[in-house]
Amino acid sequence: MSKLTLTPNFGREADAFYAELIAAQAGLSDEKAADWLARLTLILCNHIGDREVLREAFALASDHHD
Amino acid sequence: MDLPRYPYHQTLEQRSGQPQRRPVVIVGAGPVGLTLALDLARRDVPVVVIDDSDRIGEGSRAVCWAKKTLEVLDRLGVGEAVAREGVRWQRGRVFHGEREAYAFDLLPESHHKMPAMVNLQQDQVEARLVRAVQLDERIELRGKHELIGLEQDESGVTLNVRTPDGLFDMRADWVVACDGARSPTRTLLGLSFQGQVFEDRFLIADVRLAPGVRPRGLDPAKPERWFWFDPPFHRGQSVLLHAQADGLWRIDFQLGRGADVEAERDEDRIKARVAAMLGTDGFELAWSSIYQFCCRRAERFRVGRVLLAGDAAHQVSPFGARGANSGVQDADNLGWKLAAVLRGEGGDALLDSYEAERIAAADDNIGHSTRATDFISPKSALSLRLRKAALDLAAHTEFAKPLVNSGRLSMPTDVGDSMLNTPDADAWSGGPAPGCPAPDAPLEAGWLSEQLHGEFTLLAFGGAVDFDGRMQVLPSDGIAAQRYAAQPGSAYLIRPDAVVAARWQRFDAAAVRAALARAHGRPQ
Repeated sequence: MSKLTLTPNFGREADAFYAELIAAQAGLSDEKAADWLARLTLILCNHIGDREVLREAFALASDHHD
Repeated sequence: MDLPRYPYHQTLEQRSGQPQRRPVVIVGAGPVGLTLALDLARRDVPVVVIDDSDRIGEGSRAVCWAKKTLEVLDRLGVGEAVAREGVRWQRGRVFHGEREAYAFDLLPESHHKMPAMVNLQQDQVEARLVRAVQLDERIELRGKHELIGLEQDESGVTLNVRTPDGLFDMRADWVVACDGARSPTRTLLGLSFQGQVFEDRFLIADVRLAPGVRPRGLDPAKPERWFWFDPPFHRGQSVLLHAQADGLWRIDFQLGRGADVEAERDEDRIKARVAAMLGTDGFELAWSSIYQFCCRRAERFRVGRVLLAGDAAHQVSPFGARGANSGVQDADNLGWKLAAVLRGEGGDALLDSYEAERIAAADDNIGHSTRATDFISPKSALSLRLRKAALDLAAHTEFAKPLVNSGRLSMPTDVGDSMLNTPDADAWSGGPAPGCPAPDAPLEAGWLSEQLHGEFTLLAFGGAVDFDGRMQVLPSDGIAAQRYAAQPGSAYLIRPDAVVAARWQRFDAAAVRAALARAHGRPQ
């Protein structure tokens, strides 16, 4: 069974969350924004901490591409 | 210090053409072969060590000697000298671009005889080992003996050796190949040596600072390890600075994948790189070389009566100092087993356990070494960006510091699943489990590590027990009892290579006998 949360987690706030995510790096150059995203990745991975959850997330990210 | 030599002499064995059968022939007189020779000699096994050279190799090789290695060398009588002559450093600083990302203290745990590590040039360590070997009548160290042929059958091994006086045959019960990464013995055995070859080139420069020169504020009296990622004086690459003995400093420049090796050998160019890094030209260049490295191991460490140890068996990157240290630990693991088999006390399975335990250690070391190398030399733009993120975050947050990897210091590998272990039957709240190294502790006089003597030893906490082998009684309170999570009546069976074989909350003579048999490769 999946340990990774795959159900919506922001309730009615999904749009507001997404707007904040975009706004947080909106003023940055592409280069700086990519650095920002890399830092965010490490911060969130550490926050999650659970290696199994992270592995599931990595696999999910790898599965879904065009 | 003048380095000792081991000049070629023609032996009676050569002149007579009658091979004299030897219990053990060691091929290769580097730190691993010499350590093994000393270990076997102390167990009264006569040894012949052959080497294709007649002197200690020059130049920059191993520098850092970790605690476990120092404990092994101490048992063989050279550890105190190496620890005394070596440089002890405590502070490591990691720089990223223009800034210091963070600094760390090694903060070694106190109450151990040996420090976490010391830095000393490999030739200085080898000089100590060669002198000890040459003083030991049970060891014959023969220079200019090149192994060119090897055959074995059930009863022994025949070595075909080339010398300045031509070819001759030697005969041995056991042969140990300690002949380095290009091991001719391994080639003769037809063993594969596979793994990852890293394309990056690195430049080593050993420099001696002029008196009074303090580059970038570095105080030569307080040596530190400095590691730069992407420094302003060497953009896009990494640089490592390490202290060595006698005022020598090791600088390691990453040159990248496309480096022009011939151009990089130019001395003026090297000096310019060093001057840019130190911010001064107040130094003398003592040695330089360009290298490339691999992380790989032989498919097997035992083929019948031939065993592989050290670089002949496995190769790692220099980050983490896992090459020479793991080689010395191979020798530590193998010496007592070979001696026990030769004396008829140990089963042949003991030598299989050498292979299993040291392959596990090699894979562990290769894993650490590969991960450090991948951090130092990212393989993609995104890997580089994630590394930059880790380094940027490390300057401000605690969580990112452990992600920064400029090499993880060599530590002994636990062999929790070794066939020599007797698994715990009792519940333990701590202490070293079977397969873990036995920690040192201070005794009323001296150190626990000094009392193990490279023999099976029963540690009895709180008083003597009815055991007819080597026993060391320890108090049931104090540092040793804490480190071993021991209660009055607890007992640990320690192997000759200072690995825990078994432990009990209460001593039981029959259980100890069974554990001893198992640890000798003779499970009952």
